[in-house]
Amino acid sequence: MVNSINPNQVNMAVNIAGVDFKNPVTVASGTFGSGMEYCEYVDLNKLGAVTTKGVANVPWAGNPTPRIAETYGGMINAVGLQNPGLDTFIARDIPFLKKYDTKIIVNVCGKSEEDYVDAVEKLGDQPVDLLEINISCPNVKEGGIAFGQVPSSAEKITKAVKAVAKQPVIMKLSPNVTDITEMAKAVEAGGADAVSLINTLTGMKIDVNRRTFAVANKTGGLSGPAIRPVAVRMVYQTANAINIPIIGMGGITCAEDALEFIMAGATMVSVGTANFNDPQTTIKVIEGIRSYCAQNGIKDVKELIGCVK
Amino acid sequence: MSTRENATIKSAGMLAEGIYEIWFETNEIAKQAIPGQFISVYSNDGSRLLPRPISICEIEGNNLRIVYRVAGKGTEEFSKCKAGDKLDIQGPLGNGYDIDKIFSDIEKKQGKVNKAILFGGGIGVPPMLELGKKLNCEKEIVLGYRNSDIFLKEQFEKIGHLTIATEDGSVGTKGNVLDAVREGNITGDVIFACGPMPMLRAIKGFATENNIPCYISLEEKMACGIGACLACVCKTTQKDAHSQVNNARVCKEGPVFDAKEVEI
Repeated sequence: MVNSINPNQVNMAVNIAGVDFKNPVTVASGTFGSGMEYCEYVDLNKLGAVTTKGVANVPWAGNPTPRIAETYGGMINAVGLQNPGLDTFIARDIPFLKKYDTKIIVNVCGKSEEDYVDAVEKLGDQPVDLLEINISCPNVKEGGIAFGQVPSSAEKITKAVKAVAKQPVIMKLSPNVTDITEMAKAVEAGGADAVSLINTLTGMKIDVNRRTFAVANKTGGLSGPAIRPVAVRMVYQTANAINIPIIGMGGITCAEDALEFIMAGATMVSVGTANFNDPQTTIKVIEGIRSYCAQNGIKDVKELIGCVK
Repeated sequence: MSTRENATIKSAGMLAEGIYEIWFETNEIAKQAIPGQFISVYSNDGSRLLPRPISICEIEGNNLRIVYRVAGKGTEEFSKCKAGDKLDIQGPLGNGYDIDKIFSDIEKKQGKVNKAILFGGGIGVPPMLELGKKLNCEKEIVLGYRNSDIFLKEQFEKIGHLTIATEDGSVGTKGNVLDAVREGNITGDVIFACGPMPMLRAIKGFATENNIPCYISLEEKMACGIGACLACVCKTTQKDAHSQVNNARVCKEGPVFDAKEVEI
Protein backbone atom coordinates (compact mmCIF):
# COMPACT_ATOMS: atom_id res chain seq x y z
CA MET A 1 0.00 0.00 0.00
CA VAL A 2 1.19 3.51 -0.81
CA ASN A 3 0.94 6.06 1.94
CA SER A 4 -1.13 8.97 0.70
CA ILE A 5 -0.12 12.48 1.66
CA ASN A 6 -1.94 15.77 2.12
CA PRO A 7 -2.48 17.44 -1.29
CA ASN A 8 -1.01 20.66 0.10
CA GLN A 9 2.29 18.84 0.66
CA VAL A 10 2.68 18.09 -3.04
CA ASN A 11 5.30 20.28 -4.71
CA MET A 12 3.73 21.21 -8.03
CA ALA A 13 6.51 23.60 -9.17
CA VAL A 14 8.53 22.92 -12.29
CA ASN A 15 11.35 24.78 -14.02
CA ILE A 16 12.08 25.26 -17.69
CA ALA A 17 15.20 27.11 -18.82
CA GLY A 18 15.60 28.78 -15.44
CA VAL A 19 12.00 29.96 -15.26
CA ASP A 20 10.02 28.72 -12.24
CA PHE A 21 6.40 27.80 -12.80
CA LYS A 22 4.05 27.30 -9.84
CA ASN A 23 2.58 24.25 -11.56
CA PRO A 24 3.12 22.39 -14.82
CA VAL A 25 -0.04 23.56 -16.60
CA THR A 26 -0.41 26.23 -19.28
CA VAL A 27 -2.71 26.74 -22.25
CA ALA A 28 -2.01 25.91 -25.88
CA SER A 29 -1.37 28.94 -28.06
CA GLY A 30 -4.38 30.07 -30.05
CA THR A 31 -7.02 28.57 -27.82
CA PHE A 32 -6.95 31.20 -25.10
CA GLY A 33 -6.22 34.56 -26.74
CA SER A 34 -4.10 36.47 -24.23
CA GLY A 35 -6.42 35.37 -21.44
CA MET A 36 -8.47 38.57 -21.67
CA GLU A 37 -11.66 36.82 -22.73
CA TYR A 38 -11.11 33.83 -20.45
CA CYS A 39 -10.32 35.77 -17.27
CA GLU A 40 -14.07 36.02 -16.59
CA TYR A 41 -14.19 32.23 -16.34
CA VAL A 42 -10.73 31.17 -15.12
CA ASP A 43 -8.53 32.62 -12.37
CA LEU A 44 -5.39 33.24 -14.41
CA ASN A 45 -3.37 33.46 -11.18
CA LYS A 46 -3.80 29.72 -10.79
CA LEU A 47 -2.14 28.81 -14.10
CA GLY A 48 1.51 27.85 -14.36
CA ALA A 49 1.68 30.15 -17.38
CA VAL A 50 -0.47 31.77 -20.03
CA THR A 51 0.73 31.00 -23.55
CA THR A 52 -0.61 33.70 -25.83
CA LYS A 53 -2.06 33.35 -29.30
CA GLY A 54 0.56 33.68 -32.03
CA VAL A 55 1.63 37.23 -32.72
CA ALA A 56 3.70 38.52 -35.63
CA ASN A 57 5.74 41.68 -36.11
CA VAL A 58 2.83 43.15 -38.09
CA PRO A 59 -0.98 42.46 -38.02
CA TRP A 60 -2.24 39.45 -39.99
CA ALA A 61 -5.82 39.21 -41.28
CA GLY A 62 -5.96 35.41 -41.25
CA ASN A 63 -7.93 33.09 -43.51
CA PRO A 64 -11.45 33.36 -44.98
CA THR A 65 -14.37 31.80 -43.06
CA PRO A 66 -15.53 29.20 -42.21
CA ARG A 67 -12.39 28.76 -40.18
CA ILE A 68 -13.42 25.83 -38.02
CA ALA A 69 -15.35 22.58 -38.15
CA GLU A 70 -16.06 20.04 -35.48
CA THR A 71 -14.96 16.46 -36.04
CA TYR A 72 -15.43 13.33 -33.93
CA GLY A 73 -13.59 13.98 -30.66
CA GLY A 74 -11.90 17.03 -32.07
CA MET A 75 -12.02 19.97 -34.41
CA ILE A 76 -10.31 21.32 -37.47
CA ASN A 77 -9.22 24.93 -37.53
CA ALA A 78 -7.73 27.13 -40.20
CA VAL A 79 -7.84 30.52 -38.52
CA GLY A 80 -4.60 31.46 -40.25
CA LEU A 81 -3.00 33.26 -37.31
CA GLN A 82 -5.10 36.42 -37.38
CA ASN A 83 -3.33 38.70 -34.93
CA PRO A 84 -3.03 42.40 -34.12
CA GLY A 85 0.73 42.61 -34.58
CA LEU A 86 3.31 43.28 -31.89
CA ASP A 87 2.71 47.01 -31.40
CA THR A 88 -0.87 46.46 -30.23
CA PHE A 89 0.10 43.29 -28.41
CA ILE A 90 2.84 45.06 -26.45
CA ALA A 91 0.60 48.01 -25.63
CA ARG A 92 -2.45 45.98 -24.66
CA ASP A 93 -1.90 42.28 -24.00
CA ILE A 94 1.37 42.24 -22.05
CA PRO A 95 0.23 44.94 -19.55
CA PHE A 96 -3.00 42.97 -19.11
CA LEU A 97 -1.13 39.75 -18.31
CA LYS A 98 1.30 41.51 -15.98
CA LYS A 99 -1.61 42.12 -13.60
CA TYR A 100 -1.67 38.40 -12.87
CA ASP A 101 0.63 36.20 -10.85
CA THR A 102 1.45 33.81 -13.69
CA LYS A 103 4.27 33.40 -16.18
CA ILE A 104 3.92 34.71 -19.72
CA ILE A 105 4.90 32.65 -22.75
CA VAL A 106 4.54 34.65 -25.97
CA ASN A 107 3.97 32.62 -29.12
CA VAL A 108 5.63 34.24 -32.13
CA CYS A 109 4.76 33.56 -35.77
CA GLY A 110 6.34 34.80 -38.96
CA LYS A 111 6.46 34.39 -42.73
CA SER A 112 10.21 34.74 -43.09
CA GLU A 113 13.31 34.54 -40.95
CA GLU A 114 13.37 38.34 -40.89
CA ASP A 115 9.81 38.41 -39.51
CA TYR A 116 10.71 36.09 -36.63
CA VAL A 117 13.90 37.96 -35.83
CA ASP A 118 12.14 41.33 -35.95
CA ALA A 119 9.39 40.12 -33.61
CA VAL A 120 11.80 38.49 -31.17
CA GLU A 121 13.93 41.65 -31.08
CA LYS A 122 10.86 43.78 -30.39
CA LEU A 123 9.97 41.49 -27.48
CA GLY A 124 13.50 41.73 -26.06
CA ASP A 125 12.81 44.45 -23.52
CA GLN A 126 9.31 43.23 -22.70
CA PRO A 127 8.49 41.62 -19.34
CA VAL A 128 7.71 38.20 -20.76
CA ASP A 129 9.18 34.97 -19.42
CA LEU A 130 9.64 32.78 -22.48
CA LEU A 131 9.13 32.89 -26.22
CA GLU A 132 7.50 30.06 -28.12
CA ILE A 133 8.41 30.10 -31.79
CA ASN A 134 5.69 28.70 -34.01
CA ILE A 135 7.36 26.92 -36.90
CA SER A 136 4.49 24.50 -37.23
CA CYS A 137 1.26 26.22 -38.18
CA PRO A 138 -0.27 24.17 -41.01
CA ASN A 139 -2.65 26.95 -42.04
CA VAL A 140 -0.46 29.63 -43.53
CA LYS A 141 1.08 29.14 -46.91
CA GLU A 142 4.34 30.97 -46.41
CA GLY A 143 6.57 30.58 -43.38
CA GLY A 144 5.25 28.80 -40.35
CA ILE A 145 5.30 25.16 -41.33
CA ALA A 146 7.94 25.74 -44.02
CA PHE A 147 10.48 26.04 -41.22
CA GLY A 148 9.04 23.13 -39.30
CA GLN A 149 9.32 20.24 -41.72
CA VAL A 150 12.97 20.31 -42.77
CA PRO A 151 15.53 19.79 -39.97
CA SER A 152 18.15 22.10 -41.46
CA SER A 153 15.62 24.95 -41.84
CA ALA A 154 14.40 24.41 -38.27
CA GLU A 155 17.94 24.55 -36.96
CA LYS A 156 18.69 27.68 -38.97
CA ILE A 157 15.63 29.57 -37.76
CA THR A 158 16.33 28.49 -34.18
CA LYS A 159 19.87 29.85 -34.40
CA ALA A 160 18.65 33.11 -35.91
CA VAL A 161 16.07 33.57 -33.18
CA LYS A 162 18.46 32.57 -30.39
CA ALA A 163 21.01 35.08 -31.65
CA VAL A 164 18.67 37.97 -30.80
CA ALA A 165 16.36 36.54 -28.12
CA LYS A 166 16.58 37.98 -24.61
CA GLN A 167 14.22 35.32 -23.20
CA PRO A 168 14.53 31.53 -23.30
CA VAL A 169 13.22 30.07 -26.54
CA ILE A 170 10.77 27.19 -26.94
CA MET A 171 10.45 25.82 -30.47
CA LYS A 172 6.96 24.52 -31.22
CA LEU A 173 7.12 21.40 -33.35
CA SER A 174 4.79 20.04 -35.99
CA PRO A 175 3.59 16.45 -35.96
CA ASN A 176 3.28 16.59 -39.76
CA VAL A 177 6.71 15.09 -40.28
CA THR A 178 8.10 11.61 -40.80
CA ASP A 179 10.21 11.65 -37.64
CA ILE A 180 9.59 14.34 -35.03
CA THR A 181 12.78 13.44 -33.17
CA GLU A 182 14.82 14.66 -36.16
CA MET A 183 13.15 18.05 -35.84
CA ALA A 184 13.63 18.08 -32.07
CA LYS A 185 17.33 17.26 -32.41
CA ALA A 186 17.70 19.98 -35.04
CA VAL A 187 16.23 22.73 -32.87
CA GLU A 188 18.23 21.49 -29.88
CA ALA A 189 21.36 21.77 -32.02
CA GLY A 190 20.22 25.27 -32.99
CA GLY A 191 20.22 26.27 -29.33
CA ALA A 192 16.56 25.93 -28.35
CA ASP A 193 15.96 25.98 -24.60
CA ALA A 194 12.86 23.77 -24.82
CA VAL A 195 10.42 22.28 -27.31
CA SER A 196 6.65 22.19 -27.29
CA LEU A 197 4.66 19.55 -29.12
CA ILE A 198 2.47 18.78 -30.83
CA ASN A 199 0.91 21.44 -33.00
CA THR A 200 -2.18 20.31 -34.91
CA LEU A 201 -2.26 17.45 -37.42
CA THR A 202 -3.20 18.50 -40.92
CA GLY A 203 -6.70 17.27 -41.65
CA MET A 204 -9.70 17.76 -43.89
CA LYS A 205 -13.45 17.57 -43.45
CA ILE A 206 -15.94 17.59 -46.28
CA ASP A 207 -19.44 18.93 -45.81
CA VAL A 208 -21.46 16.42 -47.79
CA ASN A 209 -24.58 18.58 -47.83
CA ARG A 210 -22.78 21.57 -49.34
CA ARG A 211 -20.43 19.23 -51.28
CA THR A 212 -17.45 21.31 -50.38
CA PHE A 213 -14.73 21.66 -47.77
CA ALA A 214 -15.93 22.34 -44.23
CA VAL A 215 -13.29 25.04 -43.77
CA ALA A 216 -12.56 27.63 -46.44
CA ASN A 217 -8.84 26.83 -46.38
CA LYS A 218 -9.72 23.26 -47.52
CA THR A 219 -7.29 21.76 -44.99
CA GLY A 220 -6.95 22.68 -41.33
CA GLY A 221 -5.28 21.60 -38.14
CA LEU A 222 -6.90 18.74 -36.26
CA SER A 223 -6.85 19.10 -32.49
CA GLY A 224 -8.71 17.68 -29.51
CA PRO A 225 -8.84 14.28 -27.79
CA ALA A 226 -8.80 12.49 -31.16
CA ILE A 227 -5.08 13.28 -31.56
CA ARG A 228 -3.96 12.57 -27.99
CA PRO A 229 -2.40 9.12 -28.52
CA VAL A 230 -0.34 10.48 -31.40
CA ALA A 231 0.83 13.37 -29.23
CA VAL A 232 1.74 11.16 -26.26
CA ARG A 233 3.73 8.88 -28.56
CA MET A 234 5.62 11.84 -30.05
CA VAL A 235 6.39 13.31 -26.61
CA TYR A 236 7.73 9.93 -25.50
CA GLN A 237 9.93 9.57 -28.60
CA THR A 238 11.18 13.15 -28.32
CA ALA A 239 11.95 12.82 -24.62
CA ASN A 240 14.19 9.89 -25.46
CA ALA A 241 15.96 11.82 -28.21
CA ILE A 242 16.85 15.21 -26.69
CA ASN A 243 18.03 16.67 -23.40
CA ILE A 244 16.02 19.92 -23.29
CA PRO A 245 12.62 20.08 -21.56
CA ILE A 246 9.34 19.37 -23.33
CA ILE A 247 5.97 21.07 -23.06
CA GLY A 248 3.48 18.41 -24.10
CA MET A 249 0.06 18.98 -25.61
CA GLY A 250 -2.55 17.44 -27.84
CA GLY A 251 -6.09 16.67 -26.71
CA ILE A 252 -5.69 17.08 -22.95
CA THR A 253 -9.12 17.25 -21.29
CA CYS A 254 -8.42 16.08 -17.73
CA ALA A 255 -5.66 15.33 -15.21
CA GLU A 256 -5.32 11.73 -16.37
CA ASP A 257 -4.62 12.93 -19.91
CA ALA A 258 -2.05 15.44 -18.62
CA LEU A 259 -0.35 12.77 -16.50
CA GLU A 260 0.12 10.62 -19.60
CA PHE A 261 2.18 13.42 -21.17
CA ILE A 262 4.19 14.01 -17.99
CA MET A 263 4.94 10.31 -17.57
CA ALA A 264 5.94 10.16 -21.25
CA GLY A 265 8.50 12.87 -20.57
CA ALA A 266 6.86 16.32 -20.61
CA THR A 267 7.90 18.82 -17.92
CA MET A 268 4.81 20.94 -18.57
CA VAL A 269 1.54 20.40 -20.37
CA SER A 270 -0.83 22.67 -22.29
CA VAL A 271 -4.60 22.52 -22.44
CA GLY A 272 -5.92 23.62 -25.82
CA THR A 273 -9.15 22.65 -27.52
CA ALA A 274 -10.68 21.59 -24.18
CA ASN A 275 -10.82 25.28 -23.19
CA PHE A 276 -13.62 25.65 -25.76
CA ASN A 277 -15.61 22.90 -24.09
CA ASP A 278 -14.96 23.98 -20.52
CA PRO A 279 -12.91 27.07 -19.63
CA GLN A 280 -12.27 25.53 -16.20
CA THR A 281 -10.35 22.58 -17.70
CA THR A 282 -6.92 23.97 -16.76
CA ILE A 283 -7.93 24.39 -13.12
CA LYS A 284 -9.39 20.88 -13.02
CA VAL A 285 -6.20 19.47 -14.53
CA ILE A 286 -4.01 21.25 -11.95
CA GLU A 287 -6.13 20.03 -9.03
CA GLY A 288 -6.37 16.55 -10.50
CA ILE A 289 -2.59 16.22 -10.87
CA ARG A 290 -2.20 17.39 -7.29
CA SER A 291 -4.72 14.81 -6.00
CA TYR A 292 -3.13 12.03 -8.03
CA CYS A 293 0.26 12.83 -6.49
CA ALA A 294 -1.24 13.06 -3.00
CA GLN A 295 -3.08 9.75 -3.30
CA ASN A 296 0.05 8.04 -4.55
CA GLY A 297 2.38 9.53 -1.96
CA ILE A 298 4.31 11.56 -4.54
CA LYS A 299 5.74 14.65 -2.85
CA ASP A 300 7.01 16.30 -6.01
CA VAL A 301 5.33 16.24 -9.40
CA LYS A 302 8.78 16.27 -11.03
CA GLU A 303 9.19 12.64 -9.88
CA LEU A 304 6.64 11.70 -12.55
CA ILE A 305 8.39 13.35 -15.50
CA GLY A 306 9.40 10.61 -17.91
CA CYS A 307 8.78 7.90 -15.29
CA VAL A 308 7.47 5.55 -17.99
CA LYS A 309 10.52 4.25 -19.80
CA MET B 1 -20.86 39.10 -17.80
CA SER B 2 -21.92 35.68 -18.93
CA THR B 3 -22.24 32.60 -16.78
CA ARG B 4 -22.19 28.88 -17.32
CA GLU B 5 -25.08 26.91 -15.88
CA ASN B 6 -26.23 23.33 -15.90
CA ALA B 7 -29.72 24.47 -16.79
CA THR B 8 -32.89 22.49 -16.36
CA ILE B 9 -35.18 22.16 -19.34
CA LYS B 10 -38.68 23.30 -18.42
CA SER B 11 -40.22 22.25 -21.69
CA ALA B 12 -39.08 21.17 -25.13
CA GLY B 13 -40.68 20.16 -28.38
CA MET B 14 -41.01 20.47 -32.12
CA LEU B 15 -42.54 23.58 -33.69
CA ALA B 16 -42.32 22.62 -37.36
CA GLU B 17 -40.47 20.10 -39.50
CA GLY B 18 -36.86 20.20 -38.23
CA ILE B 19 -37.51 23.20 -35.96
CA TYR B 20 -37.39 22.66 -32.20
CA GLU B 21 -37.69 24.73 -29.05
CA ILE B 22 -36.32 24.50 -25.53
CA TRP B 23 -37.32 26.58 -22.52
CA PHE B 24 -34.49 26.67 -19.97
CA GLU B 25 -34.81 27.66 -16.35
CA THR B 26 -31.69 29.68 -15.51
CA ASN B 27 -30.24 31.34 -12.43
CA GLU B 28 -28.59 34.33 -14.07
CA ILE B 29 -28.55 33.99 -17.84
CA ALA B 30 -32.15 35.00 -18.57
CA LYS B 31 -31.93 37.95 -16.16
CA GLN B 32 -28.85 39.29 -17.91
CA ALA B 33 -29.93 38.68 -21.51
CA ILE B 34 -31.11 41.22 -24.07
CA PRO B 35 -32.61 40.55 -27.52
CA GLY B 36 -30.12 39.59 -30.23
CA GLN B 37 -27.75 37.83 -27.86
CA PHE B 38 -27.10 34.10 -27.97
CA ILE B 39 -26.21 31.24 -25.69
CA SER B 40 -23.71 28.44 -26.16
CA VAL B 41 -25.32 25.04 -25.68
CA TYR B 42 -22.96 22.16 -24.84
CA SER B 43 -23.45 18.56 -25.84
CA ASN B 44 -23.60 15.86 -23.19
CA ASP B 45 -21.68 13.62 -25.62
CA GLY B 46 -17.90 13.89 -25.12
CA SER B 47 -17.22 13.33 -28.83
CA ARG B 48 -18.76 16.74 -29.54
CA LEU B 49 -16.51 19.31 -27.94
CA LEU B 50 -17.74 22.58 -29.32
CA PRO B 51 -20.76 24.45 -28.03
CA ARG B 52 -23.62 25.24 -30.43
CA PRO B 53 -24.29 28.98 -30.54
CA ILE B 54 -28.07 29.48 -30.58
CA SER B 55 -29.92 32.79 -30.59
CA ILE B 56 -32.23 33.72 -27.75
CA CYS B 57 -35.85 33.68 -28.88
CA GLU B 58 -37.62 34.79 -25.71
CA ILE B 59 -36.78 35.87 -22.18
CA GLU B 60 -39.35 35.60 -19.38
CA GLY B 61 -38.09 36.20 -15.85
CA ASN B 62 -35.61 33.41 -15.13
CA ASN B 63 -36.65 31.46 -18.18
CA LEU B 64 -35.15 31.57 -21.60
CA ARG B 65 -36.34 30.09 -24.87
CA ILE B 66 -34.32 28.94 -27.83
CA VAL B 67 -35.81 27.92 -31.17
CA TYR B 68 -33.36 26.18 -33.46
CA ARG B 69 -33.07 24.04 -36.57
CA VAL B 70 -31.65 20.54 -36.37
CA ALA B 71 -28.56 20.97 -38.52
CA GLY B 72 -26.31 18.17 -37.32
CA LYS B 73 -25.64 15.69 -34.54
CA GLY B 74 -25.40 18.28 -31.78
CA THR B 75 -28.74 19.93 -32.43
CA GLU B 76 -30.20 16.46 -33.05
CA GLU B 77 -29.12 15.52 -29.51
CA PHE B 78 -30.78 18.66 -28.11
CA SER B 79 -33.97 17.90 -30.02
CA LYS B 80 -34.35 14.67 -28.07
CA CYS B 81 -34.22 16.43 -24.69
CA LYS B 82 -37.35 16.40 -22.53
CA ALA B 83 -38.63 18.49 -19.64
CA GLY B 84 -36.47 17.81 -16.58
CA ASP B 85 -33.31 17.04 -18.58
CA LYS B 86 -30.29 19.28 -18.14
CA LEU B 87 -27.87 20.87 -20.56
CA ASP B 88 -24.81 23.04 -19.92
CA ILE B 89 -25.34 26.49 -21.32
CA GLN B 90 -23.23 29.63 -21.29
CA GLY B 91 -24.60 33.09 -21.74
CA PRO B 92 -25.75 35.60 -22.47
CA LEU B 93 -23.11 36.06 -25.16
CA GLY B 94 -22.42 38.64 -27.82
CA ASN B 95 -23.57 42.11 -28.62
CA GLY B 96 -27.37 42.22 -28.80
CA TYR B 97 -29.81 44.92 -29.89
CA ASP B 98 -29.20 47.87 -27.56
CA ILE B 99 -32.59 49.38 -28.36
CA ASP B 100 -32.24 52.61 -26.37
CA LYS B 101 -28.89 53.43 -27.91
CA ILE B 102 -30.01 52.54 -31.45
CA PHE B 103 -33.12 54.71 -31.13
CA SER B 104 -31.30 57.67 -29.64
CA ASP B 105 -28.59 57.48 -32.33
CA ILE B 106 -31.22 57.49 -35.07
CA GLU B 107 -33.26 60.25 -33.45
CA LYS B 108 -30.21 62.50 -33.23
CA LYS B 109 -29.65 62.12 -36.97
CA GLN B 110 -33.05 61.89 -38.57
CA GLY B 111 -35.85 62.29 -36.10
CA LYS B 112 -38.22 60.09 -34.16
CA VAL B 113 -38.52 56.38 -34.86
CA ASN B 114 -42.21 55.69 -35.27
CA LYS B 115 -42.07 52.39 -37.04
CA ALA B 116 -39.61 49.51 -37.18
CA ILE B 117 -39.43 46.77 -39.80
CA LEU B 118 -38.37 43.41 -38.41
CA PHE B 119 -37.16 40.85 -40.93
CA GLY B 120 -36.68 37.20 -40.07
CA GLY B 121 -35.71 34.53 -42.55
CA GLY B 122 -35.80 30.81 -41.77
CA ILE B 123 -33.94 30.09 -38.57
CA GLY B 124 -33.27 33.85 -38.35
CA VAL B 125 -36.91 34.30 -37.34
CA PRO B 126 -36.61 33.38 -33.61
CA PRO B 127 -34.40 36.24 -32.32
CA MET B 128 -36.81 38.77 -33.82
CA LEU B 129 -39.47 37.69 -31.33
CA GLU B 130 -37.80 38.96 -28.17
CA LEU B 131 -36.68 42.07 -30.03
CA GLY B 132 -40.26 42.69 -31.19
CA LYS B 133 -41.56 42.27 -27.64
CA LYS B 134 -39.09 44.85 -26.35
CA LEU B 135 -39.58 47.45 -29.10
CA ASN B 136 -41.88 50.22 -28.02
CA CYS B 137 -43.03 51.46 -31.42
CA GLU B 138 -45.19 50.42 -34.35
CA LYS B 139 -43.87 47.19 -35.89
CA GLU B 140 -44.00 45.78 -39.41
CA ILE B 141 -42.87 42.16 -39.13
CA VAL B 142 -41.86 40.39 -42.34
CA LEU B 143 -40.99 36.73 -42.05
CA GLY B 144 -39.69 34.46 -44.78
CA TYR B 145 -39.98 30.69 -44.83
CA ARG B 146 -39.28 27.99 -47.40
CA ASN B 147 -42.79 26.53 -47.37
CA SER B 148 -45.84 26.03 -45.19
CA ASP B 149 -43.69 24.71 -42.31
CA ILE B 150 -43.96 28.06 -40.59
CA PHE B 151 -43.38 28.65 -36.88
CA LEU B 152 -43.93 31.37 -34.24
CA LYS B 153 -46.63 32.99 -36.44
CA GLU B 154 -49.23 33.38 -33.69
CA GLN B 155 -46.75 35.02 -31.33
CA PHE B 156 -45.57 37.53 -33.93
CA GLU B 157 -49.18 38.41 -34.79
CA LYS B 158 -49.67 39.54 -31.19
CA ILE B 159 -46.83 42.06 -31.25
CA GLY B 160 -47.14 43.77 -34.63
CA HIS B 161 -48.42 43.73 -38.19
CA LEU B 162 -47.24 40.42 -39.68
CA THR B 163 -46.52 39.69 -43.35
CA ILE B 164 -45.32 36.28 -44.47
CA ALA B 165 -43.43 35.29 -47.60
CA THR B 166 -42.75 31.71 -48.65
CA GLU B 167 -40.49 30.51 -51.41
CA ASP B 168 -43.13 28.13 -52.71
CA GLY B 169 -46.01 30.56 -52.24
CA SER B 170 -47.91 28.19 -49.96
CA VAL B 171 -48.41 30.96 -47.36
CA GLY B 172 -48.48 34.72 -47.95
CA THR B 173 -46.46 36.33 -50.71
CA LYS B 174 -44.71 33.95 -53.10
CA GLY B 175 -41.06 34.96 -53.01
CA ASN B 176 -38.76 36.51 -50.47
CA VAL B 177 -39.20 39.07 -47.70
CA LEU B 178 -38.42 42.00 -50.00
CA ASP B 179 -41.05 40.81 -52.48
CA ALA B 180 -43.47 41.01 -49.54
CA VAL B 181 -42.25 44.52 -48.67
CA ARG B 182 -42.86 45.71 -52.24
CA GLU B 183 -46.23 44.00 -52.45
CA GLY B 184 -47.38 45.52 -49.16
CA ASN B 185 -45.69 48.93 -49.62
CA ILE B 186 -44.12 48.40 -46.24
CA THR B 187 -42.07 51.27 -44.87
CA GLY B 188 -40.28 52.01 -41.62
CA ASP B 189 -37.75 54.24 -39.87
CA VAL B 190 -35.37 51.46 -38.84
CA ILE B 191 -34.74 47.89 -39.98
CA PHE B 192 -33.74 44.90 -37.87
CA ALA B 193 -32.95 41.66 -39.68
CA CYS B 194 -31.73 38.14 -39.09
CA GLY B 195 -31.57 35.39 -41.68
CA PRO B 196 -29.46 33.79 -44.38
CA MET B 197 -26.68 35.86 -45.95
CA PRO B 198 -28.36 36.44 -49.37
CA MET B 199 -31.40 37.84 -47.55
CA LEU B 200 -29.25 40.09 -45.36
CA ARG B 201 -27.34 41.34 -48.39
CA ALA B 202 -30.57 42.21 -50.15
CA ILE B 203 -31.96 43.92 -47.05
CA LYS B 204 -28.77 45.92 -46.60
CA GLY B 205 -29.14 47.04 -50.23
CA PHE B 206 -32.80 47.97 -49.69
CA ALA B 207 -31.90 49.93 -46.53
CA THR B 208 -29.11 51.80 -48.30
CA GLU B 209 -31.34 52.69 -51.28
CA ASN B 210 -34.05 53.99 -48.99
CA ASN B 211 -31.68 55.55 -46.47
CA ILE B 212 -33.07 53.52 -43.56
CA PRO B 213 -30.79 52.66 -40.62
CA CYS B 214 -30.34 48.89 -40.59
CA TYR B 215 -29.12 46.47 -37.93
CA ILE B 216 -28.43 42.86 -38.78
CA SER B 217 -27.61 39.67 -36.89
CA LEU B 218 -24.85 37.56 -38.42
CA GLU B 219 -24.08 33.89 -38.05
CA GLU B 220 -20.72 32.15 -38.39
CA LYS B 221 -19.15 28.87 -37.28
CA MET B 222 -17.81 29.39 -33.77
CA ALA B 223 -15.50 27.53 -31.41
CA CYS B 224 -15.07 29.37 -28.10
CA GLY B 225 -18.08 31.71 -28.40
CA ILE B 226 -16.40 34.32 -26.18
CA GLY B 227 -13.99 36.12 -28.49
CA ALA B 228 -10.74 34.25 -27.94
CA CYS B 229 -10.29 31.88 -30.87
CA LEU B 230 -10.98 34.25 -33.79
CA ALA B 231 -12.86 31.60 -35.76
CA CYS B 232 -16.08 33.53 -36.36
CA VAL B 233 -14.98 36.74 -38.00
CA CYS B 234 -16.72 38.93 -40.57
CA LYS B 235 -15.30 41.65 -42.79
CA THR B 236 -15.77 45.16 -41.47
CA THR B 237 -15.38 48.54 -43.11
CA GLN B 238 -13.35 49.90 -40.17
CA LYS B 239 -10.49 48.36 -38.21
CA ASP B 240 -11.82 45.86 -35.69
CA ALA B 241 -11.33 46.19 -31.95
CA HIS B 242 -9.28 43.03 -31.48
CA SER B 243 -6.83 42.60 -34.36
CA GLN B 244 -7.28 45.85 -36.29
CA VAL B 245 -7.42 43.96 -39.58
CA ASN B 246 -11.08 44.69 -40.51
CA ASN B 247 -12.20 41.32 -39.14
CA ALA B 248 -14.69 41.71 -36.29
CA ARG B 249 -15.65 38.75 -34.11
CA VAL B 250 -19.27 37.72 -34.72
CA CYS B 251 -19.43 36.27 -31.17
CA LYS B 252 -18.13 39.42 -29.47
CA GLU B 253 -18.54 42.61 -31.53
CA GLY B 254 -21.57 40.87 -33.09
CA PRO B 255 -23.77 39.03 -33.74
CA VAL B 256 -25.66 42.33 -34.11
CA PHE B 257 -23.95 44.86 -36.35
CA ASP B 258 -24.91 48.15 -37.94
CA ALA B 259 -25.21 46.97 -41.56
CA LYS B 260 -23.02 49.88 -42.69
CA GLU B 261 -20.13 48.53 -40.61
CA VAL B 262 -19.91 45.08 -42.19
CA GLU B 263 -19.09 43.92 -45.69
CA ILE B 264 -21.45 41.09 -46.46
